[in-house]
Amino acid sequence: MVAGQGVPATNTTATETGLAMRTSTDHGSRLALVSNRLPKHEIAGLAGTSLKHQHLPAILADDAPGGFFEVHAENYMGAGGPPHAALARIREDFPVSLHGVCMSIGGPQALDKAHLARFKALVERYEPALVSEHLAWSTHETTYYNDLLPLPYTEATVARVADHIDQVQEAIGRQLLLENPSTYVTFPQSTISETAFIRELVKRTGCGLLLDVNNVFVSATNQGYSALAYLSDFPLADVGEVHLAGHAEQQDDEGELLLIDSHDGPVADAVWKLYELVIARAGPIPTLIEWDSAIPDWPVLKREATAAQAILDRHARAASRENIRASA
Amino acid sequence: MQAPDRTPAALADTAGSYAAGFVPPLLDPEHLTPSLVSGPNGKAAVKRFNVYRNNVTASLIEALAATFPATMRITGETFFRAMARFHVRETPPTSPLLFEYGQDFPDFIARYEHAQSMPWLADVARIERAWLDAYHAADAPALAPDALASVPPDRLGDAIFEGHPAALIVRSDYPAVTIFAVNRASGPVGRIETSAPESGLITRPELEIAVRHLTPGADILLSRLLAGAPLAVAATEAANHDPTLDLAAVIATALDAGAFTAIHHGG
Repeated sequence: MVAGQGVPATNTTATETGLAMRTSTDHGSRLALVSNRLPKHEIAGLAGTSLKHQHLPAILADDAPGGFFEVHAENYMGAGGPPHAALARIREDFPVSLHGVCMSIGGPQALDKAHLARFKALVERYEPALVSEHLAWSTHETTYYNDLLPLPYTEATVARVADHIDQVQEAIGRQLLLENPSTYVTFPQSTISETAFIRELVKRTGCGLLLDVNNVFVSATNQGYSALAYLSDFPLADVGEVHLAGHAEQQDDEGELLLIDSHDGPVADAVWKLYELVIARAGPIPTLIEWDSAIPDWPVLKREATAAQAILDRHARAASRENIRASA
Repeated sequence: MQAPDRTPAALADTAGSYAAGFVPPLLDPEHLTPSLVSGPNGKAAVKRFNVYRNNVTASLIEALAATFPATMRITGETFFRAMARFHVRETPPTSPLLFEYGQDFPDFIARYEHAQSMPWLADVARIERAWLDAYHAADAPALAPDALASVPPDRLGDAIFEGHPAALIVRSDYPAVTIFAVNRASGPVGRIETSAPESGLITRPELEIAVRHLTPGADILLSRLLAGAPLAVAATEAANHDPTLDLAAVIATALDAGAFTAIHHGG
C-alpha cells in the first residue's frame, strides 16, 4: 500500500499541495523549483464556471467576470493554437481548475501512459489551482467511448482504482480531486456502498474529492436512495471542490423518473438546496457551475455562478462569526 | 428480454471484466442489455442502460458534426447524422482526444453508398479535417513575407523551406475549396459555377485558420516545398505541369499565408 505516499494530508489546499510537492521532489534543495512563472491566484471561497471559448470576448470585456474557470484537460492536449492561447490568457487573470474527463481511472485496464504524460504536462504548464478526474472509465482495450461509465464497488475494484489514483498523483506530483459519478444502473456484484468506496480511496491514496451535488441528486433519484443520507455519509472534510449542473428528466422501464446528467440547463432548485446544506456543513468550498451543452450567453452562465457565490459568501461570514465567538 | 446470468460463477467472473461485459452493446443496437447490470431493487435496466448507449453514440456523432459543419450543411442534418452513426459504429475513436477523431471519416464518405451522387463531398470533409488539424498544430513564428528577398539570387535554387506545423494541403479533383468556403460562410449557398479541380492550402496565421485556393500547378510547387524539396526542384516539377504558373506569385501567397517558418540551404 502506498497510502499518502508523496501526497500531503488532504486538508491543505491544492495550491499549497502543489508548491509543497515541487520542493519535496527536489532531493534536498528546499527552495528550488517553486515556480513564479505564473501568477498565483487564490481560489478559496470562490464560485466559477466552465470556460467556453465563445464566451472569451465577453469574459475579457466583463468588469467583474467572477471567480475561476475550469477546463476539460483533453481540450488542451493539442500541440498549440487557439485553445492554448485562450487558456494562457485566462490563466493570467484567474485561478484555473484542470478537470480531466477520460483518464479511465475506474477501468480494469492499466492507465494510458501517454495520456497520463499529457495530463502531467498540462499541470506543469498551467499550474492549476485544482486538478480533478472522475470515478468512472471510458476506454476499454483500444476503444474510447466518450462517456463516464460506471464500475462495480468491490474489494478488487477499490484496490485497482486506488492504484490508478496513486499513479496519477505520483505523475503530477500533487493531490488529485476525485469526482463522484452520476449513475443509471447498478451492479448486483457490488459489495461496498459508493460512499464507503470513496472513503476507502481517500484513506488509501490521500486524494481529495470533487463533490458533484447534481450527481448526488441524479444518482440518488436513479438508485432509489436518499441524497441527504448519501451526503451524511460522504467525507465532506476531504472535499476540495463542488460541482453544480443541470439535469434532464426521462423515464425508466417502470415508467418512473430517471434523471440524466445532461449539463444543458440551469441548476435545479433541489440541487441548490442540497448545495446550501453542504456549504453550511463544510464551509465555503470552491464551486463550479458546469454547463456543457445548449450553452447560454455569458450573462446567463455568470448569473448561476453569482448565485453560488452568494451562498459561499453567506457561509463564509457565518464561519468567521463563529471563529470570533470561539476565540472571545 | 434475456434472462440475466447471476450465478455465483458468473458474478465472480465479472469482478475484473465488468468493462468487457459492459461495452459490446454500447455501439451495437442488436446487442441486449448486459446481464451484469440491473436497476435498483430488482428493477429492469433496459432503458437505464440505453442512457449509456445514447450518450456514447450521440456524443460521438456530435463530435463529427462539430468537426465537419460544412459537410453537414451540404447533406442536411438528418443525412449527416445517419452517415455519422454508421461511421461511429464501424470506426469508434481509439484516442480520448476527440479533436483527433474523424481522420477516417472522409474515406468513409467516399465509399458511403448514399453519398455517391456527391463525389466531391469526401474532399470537402478532408478540408474540414485538415482545418481542425491546423487549429491544434504546434505554435511557430511564420516567416516574414519579404524573407525571400534576403536570399542571394545564386542561392535561390537550393533554398529549402521549412513548413509551418499548421500548413497543410488538400488536393481535390473537384472545386472542393469553393464548395467548402460557401458552406462554411453564413450566407446562402448559390450555384457553384466552377468545375475545375482545386487544392486547398490551410494555414494558421495569427491563430486564425485560412483556407486558400491553389491551382494544380501551385499545389505541386507548394506540396514539394512543404515536403522539403529545394526550390529549383519544386519549381521545375510545377512548371512541367503548368508552364504558365507564376512561381513568384505562388510563393508570395504562401509566405503571406504563413505557410513557412524558415529558409535553409541544401547542398
